[in-house]
Amino acid sequence: MTVQVPVVEQIMSANDQLAVGNRARLDAAGIFTLNIMASPGAGKTSLITRVVEALREDFRIGAVDGDIATTLDADRIAALGVPTVQINTGGACHLDAAMLQSALPQLPLEELDLLIVENVGNLICPASFKLGAHRSVLIASVPEGDDKPYKYPVMYRGVDAVVLNKIDVLDAFDFDVDYFRQGVEVLNPGLAFFPLSCKTGEGVDAWLVWLQEEMRRYNSGRP
Amino acid sequence: MHELSVTESLLEIALRHAEQANAQRIIRLNLVIGELSGIVDDSVQFYWDIVSQGTIAEGALLHFDRVPASLRCLDCEHTFPLNGRDYTCPECGERRVVTVGGDDFRLDSIEVE
Repeated sequence: MTVQVPVVEQIMSANDQLAVGNRARLDAAGIFTLNIMASPGAGKTSLITRVVEALREDFRIGAVDGDIATTLDADRIAALGVPTVQINTGGACHLDAAMLQSALPQLPLEELDLLIVENVGNLICPASFKLGAHRSVLIASVPEGDDKPYKYPVMYRGVDAVVLNKIDVLDAFDFDVDYFRQGVEVLNPGLAFFPLSCKTGEGVDAWLVWLQEEMRRYNSGRP
Repeated sequence: MHELSVTESLLEIALRHAEQANAQRIIRLNLVIGELSGIVDDSVQFYWDIVSQGTIAEGALLHFDRVPASLRCLDCEHTFPLNGRDYTCPECGERRVVTVGGDDFRLDSIEVE
């Protein structure tokens, strides 16, 4: 005899629960955490480098670097003198909450103010896996084309800020910033938007102001 | 390819509920999949056939109930289904919208014996 058993459970609930645990652990240590997502080559490591160089005098920064293989990116960040943990996902196309959970004990949590998690370069999979970070940031870049918000709505919908990198090469590409911005705004009204160039430094200050303001708000909300 | 880890979670949830119901076999899983969930059902099916092997869920049918994305216009509050990639409100013609449905990927029930 066949019996129907009600379940009503979100498939992602196991990951979501681990993400809640990560958040609690980060909050206990008072570490404001960013989840940086982007397609490969958009400039995740370059932006992190900019942040570290600008803020390391004022804040104690740590990094977690997710890659399918190699420690190339982690080496670049560690070279700046911040504690960095490499997660090699061994083929998986995203970081998940369990991977961050195992990375956290490898960092000096009591000695950090800001943790930057660099997700695996991918515009699809990381969107489905919460990590427990306080803010999610998506980096787009001019050579990718201005239609990406329309083609990857799940990713663009779930983030708190969008950085448009490589604006120094805007003239070489048919990239309509207004069209791009409209695609971002339509499913995520009012989110923070930062056109910048990690190479020339143009626009980076506005992004750093936003980041420090978010950190300040986070810290002022803590007991 | 994140459907592999998603499918493993699905199997874990289904087996847990089947065990609680003292089931011998899982016949069918009734899933709800939102248009904006980012999950490809064909891919879930592909991995399901692999990960369910050797469990009491082997051979179980995956039934996907697809839910379209639902949007709400921030200007006139009208709620409407997403039409392709057109986010324009059919009532007032504005394009500032928020998503109010279609995010889900959940297991509603299992059929067991």
